[in-house]
Amino acid sequence: MNPPSTALAEKIGGPGSGETEELISGSEAISHVCRLADVDVITAYPIRPYDTVMQYVSQMIANGDFDCEYIVAESEHSQFEIVKHASAVGARVFCGSSGVGWFYAFEALAVTAGLRLPMVAMVGNRALDDPGAFGVEHNDALAVRDLGWMLNWVETAQEALDTALIAYRVAEDPRVFLPCAISCDGAFLTHSQAIVKVPSQEMVDSFLPPYDRGDKQLHPDNPITIAPQANEDWLMEMRRQNDQAARRARGVIIEAYEDFNAKFGRDYEPFLERYMMDDAEVALVGMGTMGMPVKVAVRKMREQGKKVGFVRVRWFRPFPAVELQEALGGMQAVGVIDRDYSFGSSHHSGTLGTEVRSALYPLEKSPKVVTFIAGLGGREVTADNVVETTDMVFDAAEGKLNDQDTYWIGVRE
Amino acid sequence: MSTGSVEVVYRGIFQKTLAKNICRGIVFAAIKEGKIGIAFGRYSDSPERNGIPAKQFAVVSDTEEELQEYLSRYEPDNNDVTMVADDTLCKGVESWAWYGLQPINKLLAKDGTLLVTSTQSANKLIKTIHRKGSPYDLATIKAQASFSGLWVYKDDHTDVRLLGALAKVAPHIVSLDSVLEAIKDQWKDDKKVASAKKAHDETESTSVGAEQGSDAEPFSFDMPGYTKMEEGLVIRGIAAKGDIPGRDGGFVPGRNPTFKKYSTRTMRPVINFSTCTKCTLCWLNCPDTCFDITPDGFYEANMEACCGCGVCEAVCPVKECVTMVNEEAFEDNDSQWELWTKDKDGYSAWLAEKIANPPARSHGFHHIGQYAEEIANESS
Ligand code: SF4
Ligand code: SF4
Repeated sequence: MNPPSTALAEKIGGPGSGETEELISGSEAISHVCRLADVDVITAYPIRPYDTVMQYVSQMIANGDFDCEYIVAESEHSQFEIVKHASAVGARVFCGSSGVGWFYAFEALAVTAGLRLPMVAMVGNRALDDPGAFGVEHNDALAVRDLGWMLNWVETAQEALDTALIAYRVAEDPRVFLPCAISCDGAFLTHSQAIVKVPSQEMVDSFLPPYDRGDKQLHPDNPITIAPQANEDWLMEMRRQNDQAARRARGVIIEAYEDFNAKFGRDYEPFLERYMMDDAEVALVGMGTMGMPVKVAVRKMREQGKKVGFVRVRWFRPFPAVELQEALGGMQAVGVIDRDYSFGSSHHSGTLGTEVRSALYPLEKSPKVVTFIAGLGGREVTADNVVETTDMVFDAAEGKLNDQDTYWIGVRE
Repeated sequence: MSTGSVEVVYRGIFQKTLAKNICRGIVFAAIKEGKIGIAFGRYSDSPERNGIPAKQFAVVSDTEEELQEYLSRYEPDNNDVTMVADDTLCKGVESWAWYGLQPINKLLAKDGTLLVTSTQSANKLIKTIHRKGSPYDLATIKAQASFSGLWVYKDDHTDVRLLGALAKVAPHIVSLDSVLEAIKDQWKDDKKVASAKKAHDETESTSVGAEQGSDAEPFSFDMPGYTKMEEGLVIRGIAAKGDIPGRDGGFVPGRNPTFKKYSTRTMRPVINFSTCTKCTLCWLNCPDTCFDITPDGFYEANMEACCGCGVCEAVCPVKECVTMVNEEAFEDNDSQWELWTKDKDGYSAWLAEKIANPPARSHGFHHIGQYAEEIANESS
């Protein structure tokens, strides 16, 4: 007899709350959202580590647990074009990619937000080739940060599942109508299985309304044309509308988390996770699974009496400037650890570093911000690396370290 | 507070589901004891290819916080048990990156247990395993490298046998009772429960002394720093030896000196140059561009670059021109073509001996229906 093949067959007894507990990876958690959100159209094109989602989705379809249009495209570009059009006719869509695959879809990615077509995508973060490295870097997903995509990073498989549900609700809200990408760190999250609470269909249905484009739905009964040729005079107004939608997204996200927390019994703060921040004097900031070694290190340093805390940025777009001002305003110094690079940027930092520094600048007494680059190409960031980094942040607080430069952690000299 | 971790080293693709089932089984058994657990795979050459060593881990603990420490690692380095699902991996493996050869017992904790599926004796295995420098135990499960879990292969119970043996060698991680209960839950098959129990009862460990084992120095590469590495991802060509017909001098493409893939290999291709038709298919299809063109126009697999995936064997149109042979039959990476050029009769004899006993299961897809035939042969 074959071992049980689907996650659905592997329920290990739920807590009786309408949720079941399953041992699944971040990728598998995302595939459960496809099923629970009853996604209509999914497109696939293989690239590691995103392909693991395809694997689980196709398994669910093959086992009869899920029904959707599952289209294997001939490239990432077509993959995203297909869901873009499907979204226009009112289909709920899912898609995703990794690394250079995401870049190959760039033309489609760029116009999706402009046309206000909601979609949820998963980016299995991966370094950009060459060389053919498979480890995590955040530059792939970050590339769309200026285009109207909403972007978030998650730390655990549970958070991946919950955030993807929230993403559908926000993206398809008529006040927003923007695409949203859930970033999951390659290997550390896409390939790690942990016990995850998988909600029941009833719970999801009570939270996630059907996707309704109203009179913007492309349909024979609603004869409209989308994306005609428009001359230059239209563009600035269109961008401004996009900007307004991105601004409105903030409130919609907060609303969605409130409802999600109430219905699912969770206690997420929408934009940030604060870890041991209550009496912190120095804070680290990072995204994604970077939180794992950082939390381990923060606990160790706390034992030694160092007053350090950690802020994990969940949503990068819309960027939580207000929340960060409030969380970090009283710090003596802030250390931002980027798992990405932005060559030639101010202070040579990564992208998160630049954004955090700019968010804190208007404060009357803004803390010193010192920026780090670590873990590129999936290089392991150890708890010891984090301790070393934190010591440098303390040095910066005391003026013993230049806070106008960026420091690379764990690079071979 | 206590944590237990198990490393499962397996042969890529073929044993992936096997390894996954074992790690999941460990977590499910731990849950029976009120603990929590995680299971994770780490990939390097990816998508995993035929024969490439790969790893999965299971970690069980009392608290989320302890697990966090493991989830942030590529490879936990103090494992209570290292399981080896294919004994050809005992010679050491590339782990998640290309850092040279990692002894199979490297990430095993002092006094931990190396649990190997093998038909070889413990003494014979110890000879191929690197000396650890601290004592540990070696236990074997009598079995061939299993492909169970690969959808075309029948279930031979290797997964549950290893779980049963685990409960014997490391009951502090999972007890036999919880292992058996978890197997019952997961597979709903009493025979599998019985196999696990039997393996548990039969498993014996041998103590291996700190200085026992192979004293071969595991090779490692120089990993240059950014101040020393050549910029622009450049690998310099190598001056040709001046023996390319119709050419004076010239260069052959160099290979990355810090990216040799041969330590991943469990099998290697041997080539019969006397029957080769120079059709170029192996050269075109090798996923690692391993084939060097020889001065006389043959295609030779470079044994420093070959990872042993078997694609060349599968695509070669000439019968028995490329044959995958168990890596254990070789001592070095010397050029087959040079051997052949120097002494054609000697090479033929060498070749005949190497391919005389092909392994029961080769890597490559040779023809449609091959796996069905192999299973039929095995069960007859
Ligand atoms: S030489 Fe053959 S076995 Fe080796 S990597 Fe190339 S195709 Fe695979
Ligand atoms: S595929 Fe076989 S026949 Fe063709 S060149 Fe290679 S070894 Fe020779």
